[in-house]
Amino acid sequence: MDIANQLTLALEQAFGPSAIIICLAAIGLNVHFGYTGLLNFGQAGFMAVAGYGVASIVSTWGFSFWLGLLVGLALTVVLALLLGIPTLRLRADYLAIVTIAAAEIIRFVVGASSLRGYFGGQDGLQQYTGSFFALNPYSSQMGGLGLSWSKADFWIMTVGWGLVVLFSLMIFLLMRSPWGRVLKGIREDEDAVRSLGKNVYAYKMQSLVIGGVIGGFAGFVSGLYQSVQPTNFATDITFFAYTVLLLGGAARVLGPLAGAVIFWFLISFLDNFFSAATSGDNPLIPTALMSHQQASLMRFVFLGVALMLLMIYRPQGIFGDRRELAIDGR
Amino acid sequence: MRVRVTAVSALFLGVLIAILVGGAAQAGGVRAASGNPADLTEAAAPKCPREKIASKDDVIQIVGQLSDTRTDPCTPVSGVKISVEDAENGEVIGEATTGEDGTFVVPLPGAAIDNLGRTVTVKIDEGSLPKGSVLTDPSDVENTKRIVIEGNISFTFPIGPDPSPPTPVWQRVIQLLVTGLIFSSMLALGALGLSMIFGTTGLTNFAHGELVTFGALVAFAFDAGVGLPVLVAGVLAVVVSGAFGYAQDAALWRPLRRRGTGLIAMMIVTIGLSIFLRSLYQYFAGSDNHNYSQYATVEPFSVGPVDVTPKELLVTLLAVVVLVAVTQALQRTRMGKATRAVADNPALASASGINVERVISVVWIGGTALAGLSGFLLGMTQGFDFQLGFKILLLIFAAVILGGLGTIWGAIVGSVVVGVFIELSTLVIPSELKFAGALAVLIVVMLFRPQGMLGRAERVG
Repeated sequence: MDIANQLTLALEQAFGPSAIIICLAAIGLNVHFGYTGLLNFGQAGFMAVAGYGVASIVSTWGFSFWLGLLVGLALTVVLALLLGIPTLRLRADYLAIVTIAAAEIIRFVVGASSLRGYFGGQDGLQQYTGSFFALNPYSSQMGGLGLSWSKADFWIMTVGWGLVVLFSLMIFLLMRSPWGRVLKGIREDEDAVRSLGKNVYAYKMQSLVIGGVIGGFAGFVSGLYQSVQPTNFATDITFFAYTVLLLGGAARVLGPLAGAVIFWFLISFLDNFFSAATSGDNPLIPTALMSHQQASLMRFVFLGVALMLLMIYRPQGIFGDRRELAIDGR
Repeated sequence: MRVRVTAVSALFLGVLIAILVGGAAQAGGVRAASGNPADLTEAAAPKCPREKIASKDDVIQIVGQLSDTRTDPCTPVSGVKISVEDAENGEVIGEATTGEDGTFVVPLPGAAIDNLGRTVTVKIDEGSLPKGSVLTDPSDVENTKRIVIEGNISFTFPIGPDPSPPTPVWQRVIQLLVTGLIFSSMLALGALGLSMIFGTTGLTNFAHGELVTFGALVAFAFDAGVGLPVLVAGVLAVVVSGAFGYAQDAALWRPLRRRGTGLIAMMIVTIGLSIFLRSLYQYFAGSDNHNYSQYATVEPFSVGPVDVTPKELLVTLLAVVVLVAVTQALQRTRMGKATRAVADNPALASASGINVERVISVVWIGGTALAGLSGFLLGMTQGFDFQLGFKILLLIFAAVILGGLGTIWGAIVGSVVVGVFIELSTLVIPSELKFAGALAVLIVVMLFRPQGMLGRAERVG
């Protein structure tokens, strides 16, 4: 087994477009959960409306890609308002269930074969990203230090990591402003903030919109990288983003970034490792114990256990501060 | 102010749903009701043998096959007129009639290379279809393709039954009501378990769906692995589920409660547990849909206008008996009263001499056993795979919240509402969107009555 090669592949994944998607989704969740204490379990829904917004504007309606981006962002704002109005006054678990339900509604609707004319059914929409890749300045494979990415991926990475840096900077500035301090205050003690005369509901709504829009960008990148399909916006994506956030450390600006890189490194290393360990004529792990198909599930087994252990023993993650994290949000 | 915001948002949601429903109904037409309660798995399409049509060198042929999907395997449909037109100028290029094997061939005039890049429309003369049959997808009447490869360009036209004579609406309503109630009874078992655990511990358990799957899988292991009769396997599955509930509480949740881990943190732990268990299930059971070795296919019998299978009747009866037994136990026995006391106020219950940890332990056993029974019964009626419980988890949540989180009767009433609504909604929306409809109702109810139908009006925020 070629461990060095596997490490290289895992590193390419850790910095590749998949990590960017989950990183952006986690930055959005950081605003919701890390700073405001809102349990949004429907981040995949925000990603889906943005991704499908741009894809159907281009493929179905024939408008420009850039207009599609604007429409996608507008849709995430509308979704945040729609979700926030009924639930932001309620307890945390209500918000969790309503957001997860909304995300599933969106996934059912865009995947419906009766609406195939608009959203492409289970196949989704492809080939609408021409305007984006027309701007690609790279003409060949890019990379260094033994790592390499295709020119399309590297262009996505350039823009994607640019967005990550931009949003991280924005979060950093926002959260040390008076506005950010109110958000953290809401997370710690909502009633105390209310008694100071702040409109808690409005602050929560603003937080939901900002985090949702950042999640929308995750949907854009996802659409650029893999085409929009209902399966790319399943509930699991939200849970992976939570794992990334909790791994890196919630309520930390760089938490999602560190979390995403480590998460994708471990996930793809485990995948490559078990895949290699079960293939060939004389596999390292006997076929009776684990078949090649079963090997692809091992990463999710580890992921589930890791999420549980992380939450039990180190809820602040790798870089978080335990005092910062009022994990019993509302 | 608050009233206005609520009213505006309600209007917003209403418009959204209206657009969705309108669009869906327009695009898909009103779908026929499915007889299967909440069919989670698509019915297997009948096998259509594809006739091989030899391609010719240097000629592009438009080929296709008409098959009647009402029989399994399909029967070819002959004598149907087909015409091929140029999509740009509408000029008729060729015509053909389907042969005995249901196929047609229209060679395009000219060399293959000249025809590349052309766009052709294949039209089917609906009047020439056999009586009583129509195209499964009405939009197949005209089918346009761009020619990009040399060789045969293939079209298929599945043909299905003519929807007329339609079943009268009242008959469909009754049939849907019955299928809805059958599904409700199984949903209620899962919902009651979730509600009991939430009531006593405050835990929002996202792994509850996996407890449902657990019952189905354990019964399958006893059935297919050990070779026991299915009903015995089902009883054993419920017992093992209860033991699993006890073990889970003792090994995981009780230590976490002792440590004082917050409820939100525990909720995220349940998500980790859900991913872990689901992957393990897939590891051991694969991704295929399974059925138990007995009672897999049972002929339905008709009671008046309604078709039910004896299996469904038995399953519903069993579920109702268990539900009544559990609710009566909660109302009348010492343990049941203690459970309700703990749900009301754990500190006060503890002060009055109730062993709270023991009550919670019993609730975990009971809740998981109910979930396991629900999984086994769902597996009996419609088969199962590793995602059985995960797919209905949100419906369970919807039922529990609609009825009132933590209330016993609420879980049952909520399940009936959700189960019946899911089936009846297929009268107006495509059946593939029926789960989405139920979840939308959940969101709307949150707007007006967040405590649920039977919940006490208290601050939940």
